[in-house]
Amino acid sequence: MSETSPPLNSETLAVLLARHRHNPTRLMQILREAQEALGWLSPQTLSVIAKGVDLPLARITGVAGFYSFFHTEPRGRYRVLWSDNITDRMLGNQDLMQAMCKSLWLEPGHLSEDGLVSVTTTSCTGMCDQGPAILVNYRAITRMTAQRVAEVCELIRNEVPLDDWPKDFFVVDNNIRRRDILLRNDMTPGDALRASIARGAEAIKEEASNARSWREGAHGAAAGPALTLDEIKRSNLRGRGGAGFTTGLKWEACRNAQGSGPDPARYVVCNADEGEPGTFKDRVLLTEQADLVFEGMTVAGYVVGARKGMLYLRGEYRYLLDALESVLARRRADGLLGNNILQQAGFQFDIEIHLGMGAYVCGEESALLESLEGKRGVPRNRPPFPVTHGYLNQPTTVNNVETLAAAALIAKNGGDWFRTVGTERSAGTKVMSVSGDCERPGIYEYPFGVSIAEVLADCGAKDVQAVQVSGPSGVCVAPNEFKRRIGFEDLATAGAFMVFDESRDMFEVARNFSHFFAHESCGFCTPCRVGTTLLKNCMDKIHAGHGTEYDIKEIMTINQLLQTASHCGLGHTACNPTFDTLKKFRPAYERRLKSLAFEPAFDLDNALAQARQMTGRDDAGAHLATSE
Amino acid sequence: MSEKKTFTLDGDDVAFEPGQTIIQAALAAGKYIPHLCYHPEFKPHGSCKLCTVKINGRPAASCTTAAQPGLSVESEIPEIQDQRRTMVQMLLVEGNHFCPSCEKSGNCMLQGLAYDLGIMSPHFPQIFPTRPLDASHADVFLDFDRCILCELCVRASTEVDHKGVFALSGRGINKHLIVNAESGKLADTDFALTDKAAQVCPVGVILKKRVGFAVPIGKRRFDATPMSVVIAEESKTKETV
Repeated sequence: MSETSPPLNSETLAVLLARHRHNPTRLMQILREAQEALGWLSPQTLSVIAKGVDLPLARITGVAGFYSFFHTEPRGRYRVLWSDNITDRMLGNQDLMQAMCKSLWLEPGHLSEDGLVSVTTTSCTGMCDQGPAILVNYRAITRMTAQRVAEVCELIRNEVPLDDWPKDFFVVDNNIRRRDILLRNDMTPGDALRASIARGAEAIKEEASNARSWREGAHGAAAGPALTLDEIKRSNLRGRGGAGFTTGLKWEACRNAQGSGPDPARYVVCNADEGEPGTFKDRVLLTEQADLVFEGMTVAGYVVGARKGMLYLRGEYRYLLDALESVLARRRADGLLGNNILQQAGFQFDIEIHLGMGAYVCGEESALLESLEGKRGVPRNRPPFPVTHGYLNQPTTVNNVETLAAAALIAKNGGDWFRTVGTERSAGTKVMSVSGDCERPGIYEYPFGVSIAEVLADCGAKDVQAVQVSGPSGVCVAPNEFKRRIGFEDLATAGAFMVFDESRDMFEVARNFSHFFAHESCGFCTPCRVGTTLLKNCMDKIHAGHGTEYDIKEIMTINQLLQTASHCGLGHTACNPTFDTLKKFRPAYERRLKSLAFEPAFDLDNALAQARQMTGRDDAGAHLATSE
Repeated sequence: MSEKKTFTLDGDDVAFEPGQTIIQAALAAGKYIPHLCYHPEFKPHGSCKLCTVKINGRPAASCTTAAQPGLSVESEIPEIQDQRRTMVQMLLVEGNHFCPSCEKSGNCMLQGLAYDLGIMSPHFPQIFPTRPLDASHADVFLDFDRCILCELCVRASTEVDHKGVFALSGRGINKHLIVNAESGKLADTDFALTDKAAQVCPVGVILKKRVGFAVPIGKRRFDATPMSVVIAEESKTKETV
């Protein structure tokens, strides 16, 4: 291929490796930058990198092989990935992708014969409110139409560099429909930090004027972090990633844990690996409220005693990188990051951005840490938990983007203020990503306690058959449950809210999700690695009209096993959509079933498809007579 | 000797040392819990999930869960045994396993476990992956068809041999074993027959050349006695030595 020219390679790689100080924990970024420079990761490229970071080549190849966005085979100068969430499908992505493949004369998933372009699908890219969406060389293009497909094909055929494509292709709208405390925020950057520091200064003043110490053991500069932690705990802020762990307790555990080894430290990690299909609120928070998120990370660093924070940004949001880096640069210039932040001696904190490369499982916090360390994103055995043994085995607090944004507001306004919003057990607001069958898809920020029905009314959804709350790993809610409320006491959610009207086939929704989980399973544990594929195959068999009651029983067996024996949440929840829809929309399955007790998945006539394609025949004589 | 602490395994008391996980204490006491990726000489890995038991009513992998006094551990109960059967069947359809023609038959832990659990068929539709064989090395060939991804060779080569000959690549159902060479061939690595990694494969992936069927079928490790009994006996002996 013309894509590899060895002399250039080695020089490019040498510069790149030196810039990352040959540090193996930087491996993900080294591989990404090498791929951006060289087009793909050839065995020779991987060899040079392996030597550069002093690890076996197989380790490096294994890392490259884990992430969907790393290519160890040539993929063409234009790589088109169609987001394949159910919401993209509902907007017609399949037909559009077919049209694109036909126009470019290629098969999905294969490189064109001239080595120019490849077209395939990818998991949800977080553009559900403006789909169908694609990534071209990992840059997002939204609102695909037949005309836009034709234009993209023309640009590719003419080999127009991506930078010269029409700018409006790359416009990503925020579509904010309802703002509350987070999205209405207009805080001056640094105010949350100033308030935290002031709290400490107040306490010292009080201590001096009052014979009784305000708090045993906390003096001087130590008072600020402890008092800010008290505010976070008082606020009852809980994790916005879906699990809902109390943030104050997490920070406290991290703060109380001691680092170990030659470089003892604590770390703050912001989880912006927003991979749950149907979720795109972190994209909007990072676009509109980046300062608030970074401020929340800095407050976390102040409270737990960390000097380094890392934002793990999903690869699909690569286009946000430059803007985020410039916010960080501004904050450094303003004395809000770096050494002696806000002139406080010893208050040192800075933030690095790491890009993910297409692996949903890295949203699981211990898999995310593995990925940050430059490894395959496989969830760790727990305990120990990240708060004591996290990044590089040091105490680490991993928090969601939205959690950190809320923490910054709490640091400024106090915990009691925060508790006035939301419900008793779910303080504050939830930013919802609304997509699917409704007039106004987009971002809705509500105080916790809002009902499904209220959200549906606000977004203009009619004749609703079901809502998938919190994505495929969440809950499928039927109309008789629309009084249920968003909150930790009822429907906990990471924010996805996908609406399906009565025209939709809930079986197809579940089948799409089963493909998603099979594609995203990390493959570490037996039940999830094999079970997600068996489930997918079962769903495909039913889809193809060969399903029977037997297959439903098989699904139940697989579901039971995955829920109890899987290694992490991905496996535990992988069967949820199928299980939920079977429970609530069983006719969607039953009308496809044959009444037989068993029917093989193997279709003899279908096996001849390749022969028919090769001979260019599709007449009756080229098909086997079917008895039914 | 100080008084040992105990938990119960299917109603029997099992004593343990501090720091032992449940499977370590059980095996030391001569009590077998099914397992594939666990190996007494390596840190518990927790990936095969065959050793999953119910601990105080909650399912958990017994290889990675620390033993604690008073725990009630259930292993050979119908619910757990059913799940183990399902997982072994999953492993059987995930790879390409042809016991009658396999050199490892009778010494294979996957086969031994299938027999122990009374598995009569793989049950699920075969996945039939394409996994080319690597016969490039002078002394060893690799039959990837049989790989169950336990990572024992990966761990042995990294932790004991310090060579890193093996690693995993791919993800999900496409996860697969690779070797440390640009060519992808074992002959181009520094692998040697004397490596620890050459001794640990629980199934028939890493096989010595020129000694095929030296021990006839019928006289192999698990042929006359069930694997569960063989391993329980061996573990107990090791503990008392």
